[in-house]
Amino acid sequence: MSVIVVLIGVSVFVAVGFLIAFLWAVKSGQYDDRYTPSVRMLFDDEKKKEEDPK
Amino acid sequence: MKNEEKDISHKEDLLCFHCGDICKDKSINKEEKIFCCQSCKLVYEILQENNLCKYYDIDNNPGISPSIRSDIKYEYLDEETTKRQLLDFGDGKISTATFSIPQMHCSSCIWLLESFYKLDPGVTHSQVNFPEKKFIFRFLEEKTSLRKIAELLDSIGYEPMINLDATERKSRELYSKKLYYKIGVAGFCFGNIMLLSFPEYLGIDKAADPMFYQLFGYLNLILSLPVFLYSSSEYYISAYKGLKSKVINLDFILFLGILVLFVRSVVEIITQSAAGYMDSMSGLVFFLLIGKVFQSKTYESMSFERTYKSYFPLSITILKNGTQSTVPLAKLRIGDRMIIRSGEIIPADSILFKGDGNIDYSFVTGESMSTQKVMGEIIYAGGRQIGSAIELEVLKDVSQSYLTQLWNSDTFTKTDESRLQTFSNTISKYFTIAILILAFGAAAYWMSTSINMALNVFTAVLIVSCPCALALAIPFTYGNVMRIFGRNKFYIKNTFVIEKLSNATSVVFDKTGTITQNKKSLITFEGRELNEFELSLVKSLSRQSTHPLSRKIFDFLERYETKEVTDYFEYVGKGVAGEIEGLGVKMGSEEYVTNTDSDIHYNHENSASRVYLSINDVILGYFNVSNSYRAGLAEVVQKLEKNYSLHLLSGDNEGERGFLQSYFKDPLQMFFKQTPENKLKYIKALQNEGENVLMIGDGLNDAGALKQSDIGISISEDVSNFSPACDGILNSEEFPSLPNIIKFSKDSFKIIIFSFAASFVYNLLALGIAVDGLLKPIVAAILMPVSSISVVVFCVVSTNYFAKRRKFK
Repeated sequence: MSVIVVLIGVSVFVAVGFLIAFLWAVKSGQYDDRYTPSVRMLFDDEKKKEEDPK
Repeated sequence: MKNEEKDISHKEDLLCFHCGDICKDKSINKEEKIFCCQSCKLVYEILQENNLCKYYDIDNNPGISPSIRSDIKYEYLDEETTKRQLLDFGDGKISTATFSIPQMHCSSCIWLLESFYKLDPGVTHSQVNFPEKKFIFRFLEEKTSLRKIAELLDSIGYEPMINLDATERKSRELYSKKLYYKIGVAGFCFGNIMLLSFPEYLGIDKAADPMFYQLFGYLNLILSLPVFLYSSSEYYISAYKGLKSKVINLDFILFLGILVLFVRSVVEIITQSAAGYMDSMSGLVFFLLIGKVFQSKTYESMSFERTYKSYFPLSITILKNGTQSTVPLAKLRIGDRMIIRSGEIIPADSILFKGDGNIDYSFVTGESMSTQKVMGEIIYAGGRQIGSAIELEVLKDVSQSYLTQLWNSDTFTKTDESRLQTFSNTISKYFTIAILILAFGAAAYWMSTSINMALNVFTAVLIVSCPCALALAIPFTYGNVMRIFGRNKFYIKNTFVIEKLSNATSVVFDKTGTITQNKKSLITFEGRELNEFELSLVKSLSRQSTHPLSRKIFDFLERYETKEVTDYFEYVGKGVAGEIEGLGVKMGSEEYVTNTDSDIHYNHENSASRVYLSINDVILGYFNVSNSYRAGLAEVVQKLEKNYSLHLLSGDNEGERGFLQSYFKDPLQMFFKQTPENKLKYIKALQNEGENVLMIGDGLNDAGALKQSDIGISISEDVSNFSPACDGILNSEEFPSLPNIIKFSKDSFKIIIFSFAASFVYNLLALGIAVDGLLKPIVAAILMPVSSISVVVFCVVSTNYFAKRRKFK
């Protein structure tokens, strides 16, 4: 049964990791703009366009 | 939308390749691409030169027609003090700064602005924040400057709006980040506490392994600390503030609930008598914070708090000892000689010193026609000069001018919250009293049995009656309503506006720009009927002039050809003349065209302005140019008339009184020639009679009234443009849906009342269990989320249902 103690410890540790990741994401401004990146990723890179002239 | 309004018989729609506006003709073109104006073509050429034509592939006709250029417009950006205020970071070599560009509207804009380094190699990096319409860039000081970047942006149609007081925005950003931190912490603790409480929920025998219970209990206690101390701190502060101003607000009961939950749980865990309610507490805080986020959606790109400062230029050109220099507006002193160019706004009361004044006061007074001023006349601040540049001598400080004095009145210094007597605050007062009586009553009843039991019941009552559902109903209902309004082009400052809107008892309209349309005028010609050739002469002549009446006539005659005009003359305040194909054409005031002595420039006594026309000195008649009323005005008035008292305040003359009387039945409630102060006072008088006033206006002239009224809504043709301080901005296209907006806000109020009733039933049910001392952790653990989630679902679903019934998108 004492393995549960270890598992609990591991699970809390992992969860704390995710919490820190979330706080870091907020702090670094990833939640400031939730729209523009979705558009930006659809733009083609310039180099690709040159290789593939229409 | 724009195309539908135009004449259907139009040959074919020639859309400008750059901005998508209808082109008057094919004369401006390049490589088979047609442009509506030279500036659009110029932008195209700039982009083409820099290999940026992909701009046109992402969205159709994405461009913006740039405004008239003036080389000194951004000169002040070279000044050290201004520069330092605008830079986010700067070490003399590399600097970063942020401009606000309200014009950006599509993915092409994002692409172009993020490829800005191609236009200006000095810019090393640029990024767009689209929802906030911000342009963030990093540049090398030695290669380029703020001013050059601003000018380049302006030249391709993205005119930056430079605002020197950016402090307010930063504090809001910080607040929303804090809220996310709190939610993150609360969610983390809530999940883990639930996990550790599972043995308790499943009722596993405690005696089997008491060590686990102890361990889980203490773990829960540790996990609940951040929720209790950090995540819910906002409620403590709000409750304390409420108590300080002698108001028991909703947050106070929440604070009470959270406190009792925590204290009782700590006692239970430490004495090992039970497992406590840490899961309920952290869940409650988690849901409440989510409600807060849902409610706090704001329209970042819009400003609801504009003062005169955002209308005025940031700097002004002054003439000193014969040399021109630009100074920031704050440094403008009495006696300075300033130069105002065409299109610029006059920032202070002054005397006209040199040049012909042709001042457009439309956004100060609502009067749509510009006024002529001659040397020596006093010109009040807020007017926009049209035509040639003028020289003025400053008479008063900017803040002491006739117009800006309005902002010194106490209406503008009062904070909003002082008159915020919301429904939730009223109800929570009675709710708290009732709960406290109940809790003490139950405790007293059980006291005779045992003190332990009495304490148990006392805390149980407080826990169960914690108005979780109540506290969730408001943010979720109003938050959803706000989103629905936003989809229908009605943008509100915050969710309190909805509640205030549902309480309105009288509606006050402004005339110019609010119930009349700026764009489209009704134009008729009185006199001999004109043939196609004559109309094209008129069009050609009016094309030359920038006078509002000429512009209106030009737009009206859009399907006629334009011809070349020679010998063109514009007599300021009188009219225009020119020779077209050998014919002398004159247009203008009666006095000017007919050579009579009549001193009426524009026929103000009539409902419309007259523009006389003569060809080869033969007077053919006059154009009647009237303001046209917004589509759907009759219905709006009809629908509102039943339940509200309607008023009209206009800065304009009485010309259209007769016509308006057919709309507004009661002549007593229609007032003309109102100054901004008059309007403010009128609203105040109405409020003193106990009315809840909804003011609908548009320009700076309504600023005082909008601020004084209980709810001020400003109507705007382009929501990213000018709008004075207000509670909401309504897109002018959606003007006809105004009655539905008010009705919908009433519906949402009913939804809240109903959810209150539902949560009351929940609370009564749970109270029954609690008073009997039967509240098991498993029951509490289920009841709390179920009641919360069901209230949230009910609020969201029913607001969507009512939105559909009111025909909202």
